[in-house]
Amino acid sequence: MYVSSVRAGLPAEPGRSHHKISATVIGLGVVSLITDLSAEMVTAVLPLYLVYGLGVGYLQLGAIDGLYTGATAVLRLAGGHLADRWQRPKAVALFGYGLSAVTRLGFPLVGSSVAGLGLLIGVDRAGKGIRTGPRDAMITLASPPDGLGRAFGVHRALDTAGALLGPLVAFGLLSLLFMDYTSVFAVSFCFAVVAVVVLAVFVRQPAGVAARLPGLSWNVLKDRQVRRVVLITALLGVCTVGDMFLFVGVQKSAGLPVAVLPLLPLVTALTFMVAAAPVGKLADRVGRWKVFLAGHVVLLLAYALVAVSWGGWLAAALVLPAHGVFYACTDGVLMAHVGPLVPEPVRATGLAFVQTGQALGRAAGAVLFGVAATGLSLAPAFGLFAAVLAVAVVVGARW
Amino acid sequence: MKRTVLGVVLVAAVLAAGGVFVGLRATGARPAEETLDLRGGELLYVDPAGRVRQGGRTGPACQRVDVAAGTLICLRATAVPAQSEIVVYDGAGERLRLPEWGSPSRARVSPSGNVVMWTVFRAGDSYLGGVGTFSTTAGLYDLKSGEHHGSLEDFTLMVDGVEHTADDVNYWGITFTRDDRTFYATATSSGKTWLVRGSLDTKVLTSVRENVECPSLSPDGSRIAYKFRTGDQWRLHVLDLASGRDTPLAEPRHVDDQPQWLDDSYVAYGRDKGIWKVPASGGGSPELVQTDAASPAVAR
Repeated sequence: MYVSSVRAGLPAEPGRSHHKISATVIGLGVVSLITDLSAEMVTAVLPLYLVYGLGVGYLQLGAIDGLYTGATAVLRLAGGHLADRWQRPKAVALFGYGLSAVTRLGFPLVGSSVAGLGLLIGVDRAGKGIRTGPRDAMITLASPPDGLGRAFGVHRALDTAGALLGPLVAFGLLSLLFMDYTSVFAVSFCFAVVAVVVLAVFVRQPAGVAARLPGLSWNVLKDRQVRRVVLITALLGVCTVGDMFLFVGVQKSAGLPVAVLPLLPLVTALTFMVAAAPVGKLADRVGRWKVFLAGHVVLLLAYALVAVSWGGWLAAALVLPAHGVFYACTDGVLMAHVGPLVPEPVRATGLAFVQTGQALGRAAGAVLFGVAATGLSLAPAFGLFAAVLAVAVVVGARW
Repeated sequence: MKRTVLGVVLVAAVLAAGGVFVGLRATGARPAEETLDLRGGELLYVDPAGRVRQGGRTGPACQRVDVAAGTLICLRATAVPAQSEIVVYDGAGERLRLPEWGSPSRARVSPSGNVVMWTVFRAGDSYLGGVGTFSTTAGLYDLKSGEHHGSLEDFTLMVDGVEHTADDVNYWGITFTRDDRTFYATATSSGKTWLVRGSLDTKVLTSVRENVECPSLSPDGSRIAYKFRTGDQWRLHVLDLASGRDTPLAEPRHVDDQPQWLDDSYVAYGRDKGIWKVPASGGGSPELVQTDAASPAVAR
């Protein structure tokens, strides 16, 4: 049986100081920052590159874009499983980062071949899927159990900073070099390689308890607590509105000019970046699951605000930071909550299961919201989701 | 310690290599912006570097361009991701700049030069599609009156005489008549597309015919060149508005562009990184007009 306090009786190991964020966590944060910068550069320019650089029509772009979603979920589980099986999360994470880095070079080479582009995007997503579980497992292994929330908070803050910088660097390069997409891919490749070097050279794999090789990874789900987290996370995911819908909802209900829409996600990301570490620390003190649920309460209040169509910039000024706080309360905090529930030999797999459950739940939620919004129109659909999310939060708090 | 040195050296080497590469790409210095002829009949187009070209001259940076009667519209992506801007020039220089959410798709000027119109792609705001889908938004601006319609979705759509109120309506490819009040565009909803005729006076769009995309009015206003969808291919057709006669053009390949009339007998379009033309009569065969070019436009 897995107990949440598997490690509680152990003396603090070297590198697991209770007062400092471990060098491994900072290192992984820096790796994520540079990798996200690199990845978001490509994501940001891809539509323009396909349509104006290559002359690939939007119909085909839709097909290529669809690949983004499916590829990640399955490979995330595979990456987690391999990391545990070999007891070498760093090696598996390195492979994932390296795989994505190589694809950047492929873009100028495959030209306008839709099949080639689809393959590259698929491989890039595969790399992302493979590295996520092992990376988060390393964060838990390198941090004291009572400082996990803060450790994840710091990591996610660095990660988000990279995601914010990426599009700016990419479009800066494009304006400077006059739509020279090759330079964007080359610079993105350089950053990806730097991230791999930083991971390989500067990040130490934390010492884990390698008692025995785990059996079938599904065993993780036999633990009642883990199963509960996976199910509730997925349930909450189903009750969540897709990000872009929220941005459009805010813009419409607040009556903002449509041209500001590309700027709204920046507000969310900035709030997330600033709040991640302090909220993580708070979660360590008051309880991670509580903070995780509280994040959803903040989100449902934001939905309610959109639903009542309370106009103007003030509504946007409340909803968007609330959305960022929701991410700060839920993203890293969830991993910090799950980490100690899963014994170290199968931790990467356990984390991957939770992430996959959440991702699938959110994908289903986006579709369901689409149905609701088509049937009810936008504002009532937000009201409905606020109500449903409230029920899910109560379920999560009681169960 | 050795490890640290190795790491620092490697990171520095990679960054230096990246810097040198970008430096080399940048040395082909950007040409200065020259004045273009917005009234003569010479072809304008967008080159692979994203600059408007006319003969030997280089104009502004745009993804799509059109010109008519001394007015040039330039639709381009900005430094903000998923944002575009519409920049309008006349003989005196820049006249108007509008930010728009979405990626550039189509840009047109009315024959009089008084109304500019555009279409942008937006990813992520369609409800059911989720990832991988996108919608389009078509807007227009009357330079004389300052009348600005950010989206045709604010107009009333009548399909076969009945008001159509579905949420999934999208518009693209506006083309104006000479009176600056009447225009044509493509409307789509639940898998169907229609050619619609719109009026700036009544704000009503009326369906004319099914399966007509990216319409383009001929200089004499009597015909519409458009892309006709068969399966997942688009073919160029010309529709005679008075008789309803529909003629497939002699371009057998898939074309994804809003056609452009060079004059009353030839239609130009972008395909495979080049600009081609084909007779509007349905006869003849495609001819390459300009290599390494897109978004053809001719001042008339």
